[in-house]
Amino acid sequence: MLSTLHSPRSLSRFPLHLTSSVKPRAASASSASSLSDYPPPPLPAAQSPGGAPASQILTVRRSLLSGSVTATQLAESYLSRLRLTEPQLNSFIHVSDSVLKSAQEIDDKIAKGGGEALGPLAGVMVGVKDNICTADMPSTGGSRILENYRPPFDATAVKRLKEKGGIVVGKTNLDEFGMGSTTEGSGFQVTANPWDLGRVPGGSSGGSASAVSARQCVVSLGSDTGGSVRQPASFCGVVGLKPTYGRVSRFGLMAYASSLDVIGCLGTSVADVGIFLNAISGHDKFDATSSKQSLFTSINLLESKPLSGLKVGLIRETLDDGVDSGVKSAINAAVLHMQELGCIVNEVSLPSFSLGLPAYYILASSESSSNLSRYDGVRYGKQTVSDELNALYANSRASGFGPEVKMRILMGTYALSAGYYDAYYKRAQQVRTLIRESFKTALETNDILISPAAPSVAYKMGMLVVSYYS
Amino acid sequence: MASTLFRNVIQAQPLFLNSSALLRRKNGVLYCTMTQTATEEKQQQKSPQKIKVPPQKQMKEVSKIGADYEAVIGIETHVQLSTLTKAFCSCPYSYGAQPNTCICPVCMGLPGALPVLNSKVIECAVKLALALNCRLSFSSKFDRKQYFYPDLPKGYQISQFDIPIATGGSIDLDLPLEFGGGHRRFGITRIHMEEDAGKLMHSGNGSYSQVDLNRAGVPLLEIVSEPDMRTGIEASEYAAELQRVVRYLGVSNGNMQEGSLRCDVNVSVRPIGQAEFGTKVEIKNLNSFSAINRAIDFEISRQVNLHSQGQQDSIVQETRLWEEGAQKTVTMRKKEGLADYRYFPEPDLPEVVLTKAYMDSVGKSLPELPEAKRRRYEEMGLSMQDVLFLANDIAVADFFDATIQKGADVKLAANWIMGDIAAYLKNEKLSINDIKLVPHELAELIASIKSGTISGKIGKEILFELLAKGGTVKGLIEEKDLVQITDLVDIEKMVDKVIAENPKQLEQYRSGKTKLQGYFAGQVMKASKGKANPGILNKVLVEKLNAKV
Repeated sequence: MLSTLHSPRSLSRFPLHLTSSVKPRAASASSASSLSDYPPPPLPAAQSPGGAPASQILTVRRSLLSGSVTATQLAESYLSRLRLTEPQLNSFIHVSDSVLKSAQEIDDKIAKGGGEALGPLAGVMVGVKDNICTADMPSTGGSRILENYRPPFDATAVKRLKEKGGIVVGKTNLDEFGMGSTTEGSGFQVTANPWDLGRVPGGSSGGSASAVSARQCVVSLGSDTGGSVRQPASFCGVVGLKPTYGRVSRFGLMAYASSLDVIGCLGTSVADVGIFLNAISGHDKFDATSSKQSLFTSINLLESKPLSGLKVGLIRETLDDGVDSGVKSAINAAVLHMQELGCIVNEVSLPSFSLGLPAYYILASSESSSNLSRYDGVRYGKQTVSDELNALYANSRASGFGPEVKMRILMGTYALSAGYYDAYYKRAQQVRTLIRESFKTALETNDILISPAAPSVAYKMGMLVVSYYS
Repeated sequence: MASTLFRNVIQAQPLFLNSSALLRRKNGVLYCTMTQTATEEKQQQKSPQKIKVPPQKQMKEVSKIGADYEAVIGIETHVQLSTLTKAFCSCPYSYGAQPNTCICPVCMGLPGALPVLNSKVIECAVKLALALNCRLSFSSKFDRKQYFYPDLPKGYQISQFDIPIATGGSIDLDLPLEFGGGHRRFGITRIHMEEDAGKLMHSGNGSYSQVDLNRAGVPLLEIVSEPDMRTGIEASEYAAELQRVVRYLGVSNGNMQEGSLRCDVNVSVRPIGQAEFGTKVEIKNLNSFSAINRAIDFEISRQVNLHSQGQQDSIVQETRLWEEGAQKTVTMRKKEGLADYRYFPEPDLPEVVLTKAYMDSVGKSLPELPEAKRRRYEEMGLSMQDVLFLANDIAVADFFDATIQKGADVKLAANWIMGDIAAYLKNEKLSINDIKLVPHELAELIASIKSGTISGKIGKEILFELLAKGGTVKGLIEEKDLVQITDLVDIEKMVDKVIAENPKQLEQYRSGKTKLQGYFAGQVMKASKGKANPGILNKVLVEKLNAKV
């Protein structure tokens, strides 16, 4: 992705060399439109041999093991940065109150000499999208209908990151139940893009992207059904990875579209995202759709391998009209850069590409109309007391769900209803197969395919509000 | 283990449903006016009044109908599988457990929970499908059946819609003799796997209802029959045979009272000779086989009466409830439009793929099924009555088979089992697996009587001892010195003695009271402690009593 190059010119406002003690500078006037005046992130991110940005996760590990910083100090500095930036950003719906306790546990372990046994994510601050269940914190899915709901279990991805030493710093904001691309669809708050507080961070994992971008945490978990990790990562200038369906267990991810949902990783470097993905991936017996195929095991993510001979396919249909000229030129610059590095870049045409969005809308709405049936106020969540059963369902759901969610449930219910299943859902599944086949064919003659992550930069806030009542 | 963990955590949550009171929140109580919706629970709690309708009356009604109209009956049966854990999670299920104690995030439908199929469910489905001669689908899938109701936690039921695991089978049964006997074969349209919903319990005054999710997620097999049955008795025997089969296979305890076997019947009538079916009516709340029988016969006569009065249009497609107390069907829900369940393939579960090797291995593990047993017993020369009794319970059949395998006479073994042993089981409320008597001892007992070692009467005494305390026949005979006296000389000596001791009775006998032979026989038996061979004894007695002095 273009935005992961982190070339000095785009990040010059974020000084990367620091003194060891972090002194917060006085915040500038509240009319600050970006975060450039806020204290920088706590750790020196040393450059790795290839010139790529270093892995924050590995840096944390090195610093903890060498004793140059304690986990508690690290946690405190991230938390203070978080507190300072939150009023402007609103990335988090809930901030954990046990961060320092977890950090202390890591320090105790190191003190006892158990440093080498520390998990790969020891001391790493992780933001978790609020549609991923965490047992010791509320999980709302960004919706009022789950206000104050606390799951009795951790999602498998959360369980694994905790087992490996990660510290969940809080639950990040999102479009309600993952439906949306700006995070303005949250039932609670609007998150701002750290690069320009008047713009959206993207969605639906907007909070996760802005939190990483503003260095409120090191990495974060998001979920991607139709671009919800990749697009906000692009808008916020961080790395976002959507793994292959089945790579990461969906157990504990509040389902939106079961056959499309994945849990993805966001971070400030490709290496971090790779390490993080490795930590949470793998078959899970609680998810029947999780893959049993083994992972890439020992990849040295910082090793510099030459790209020469790599066959890259640029998908022509993704650069059509409707794509900002700025995006097009950035892509072209990236292509040139890759060619300089030895890649063979060709244009690839995938005519079925444009069918993706309509097929997605049918499939995702249909599956979500079913997956959201369980939010009825009967067993958990917000209930609107009523005299009669149908009124209970209707009132609880009407007052708990936001307008975008309601629209998709209605669309999905319609698409699945008697007489329409064949024309919509079944047809969309067939289109899906066509698209998959065309990608497979393209990948026979290309090693990778590239495209812009989004057709534009981050939108201004309020630009994409759809009127539901006109 | 998982369920325990969740249980503890769940009860700590103030918003969570606790077992004693439903939906009592800080903001108030949920009111549900659902008195119109009768439930199986409510009905089952009323003690069923046993009303015996004599078979002849039923036959009369059937024959009256048979003259002009034909009834067409189909049955949908839900069998609750007795797997250790539920269909899609690892919760155990036990009937009668405290409400909401066998639950976890998956069967509760909590956000983020996912189903994972219990492979035992497939094994049970394949066993049943093979036992019912069905065609198995090499590849079937699950679908979501969507509707809203408080006992359905996810808002959808995981079921199978258009590609069930088995289709096109049949079941063979024999009608009981008191209903005319006869062999029948009924078609099975399909068998599919699905999960059960929870239970709703309505408060006495209908002001609130409580949700118990213990049963949510328990695996069910739904068996849909072809509309081949024509009378109430055929329908109830079909249900009874299904119960027999699932018990033989060990896939379910098939208990209608506990709800592990549930039947809904569809009844319609049409004038004889008409090809198209009449309007069909569904009947629910049938809690026993006899209820199935009586409900169907009632409904048939209700519909026939309407037809004969020219009011067949008042028969509407509806669901009616069988009222055990009033012995009639009543309307449950009027104006039932066709429900749209918005079926679509379950994306959280992969396809169910069966290999030929798997099907064969399951097939090999099947026990001899009731139908095969019945035919085999018939060939052995047993009467139909004996056949039906012995083949009804697999444990009894196995006991019987084991006994005759040791060489016992078939008819005698049948008699002992159906007579004295069955009576003992009934009195003590035991099953045949609980008694201390083992099959080869029964064989030994039969052989001992047959050989004359002991008398029949002694045999019965020994049996009682063996049933209650066990032991061996030989051992008991020795211990209690029960060997029959068959020696002619010995018996003559005893008879002489008794005759000598009872001159008065002898006199009476000689003057015509021949019935006193029994008295003498009794005396000899007493003297011999019951060991005298009755046949020889009576022969000797008759000789001596009638002998010229």
